[in-house]
Amino acid sequence: MLDALGMPSLVLLASMTGFGSLARDAGLDLGMALATTAGVWGLPGQIALAELYAAGAGAFAVVLAVALANARFLPMAVSFVPLLRQSAGRRRGWLYLWVQLMSINSWAAGLRRFPDMPPRLRLHYFVPFACVCMAAALIGTTAGFFVLGSVPRPVALGLLFLNPMFFAVLLAALRGPGVAQALLIGAVLGPATFALAPDWSLLLTGLFGGTLAFALTGKAGAG
Amino acid sequence: MTASASAWVLVIGAIAATYLWRGLGVALSTWIDPDSALFRWVTCVSYAMLAGLVARMMVMPLGDLATVSLAFRLAALACAFAVFFLAGRRVLPAVTVGFAVFVGLAATAPPALQP
Repeated sequence: MLDALGMPSLVLLASMTGFGSLARDAGLDLGMALATTAGVWGLPGQIALAELYAAGAGAFAVVLAVALANARFLPMAVSFVPLLRQSAGRRRGWLYLWVQLMSINSWAAGLRRFPDMPPRLRLHYFVPFACVCMAAALIGTTAGFFVLGSVPRPVALGLLFLNPMFFAVLLAALRGPGVAQALLIGAVLGPATFALAPDWSLLLTGLFGGTLAFALTGKAGAG
Repeated sequence: MTASASAWVLVIGAIAATYLWRGLGVALSTWIDPDSALFRWVTCVSYAMLAGLVARMMVMPLGDLATVSLAFRLAALACAFAVFFLAGRRVLPAVTVGFAVFVGLAATAPPALQP
């Protein structure tokens, strides 16, 4: 929980102000903005929703874009949930609730901390951590909805920049077999595929980049 | 009233679409052993996806951020990484310095007018 109170909360507070002001610009009301933050809980999908709503896109196009922007939650959940399984004990159905709390922050924190943590304590770490993050994000969304317009422009831009920068540093802090390769290949493929096929960029990057990194490190990682 | 109702349909649709991935992930994870090669492959896929996403947000941002030049964005990121590795892989000083450098650069050279 102390881990969450520091940097992750500050960054979420700041980056969700960006979403709050975007949502307001797009014409969503505060209730919708908060429901999006808590329910979608993944900034790329949230931004896709707000921008496409503002552009007047159809419901099917909006939902499809959000689904593609957030498809990463499938491999993230598959790689994360097994680490919590023992901690959940017999109450495994709750994992379907806890997975809603998973974000890039709590995912990265979990992958970094869980190896040194007894399995039964992991949920006691993850759930409070993720709840603190969620609370900070909701406060940030509200703040952005009301005040962002009055912040000097360089600072407002800085708040938007905070999000990708924090994620980049967070990813750089992760270690493990294949991690460095997957990150570097993904970082190259991401913008390249986005230029070619924006909607499919993340799926292509994940499948090609991840498979390539896996193949490159197959032997080393197994040892 | 109708506009608001249709916006709620989108919000709820977006929530459902996102949860589908998470729920499917929990269901699939039942069948996957954390020590297996399959698990390592899925982990590699999620790293690559996240790195690709972050790189795209950095290099080709979608919103207002695009009004700040790419050189400024990359310079601030480079400072953040430099501090991160020099300060013993600590996140807080790295992000603080990167933010300060970015705001400083954005302030000294006002970006072009919004599109």
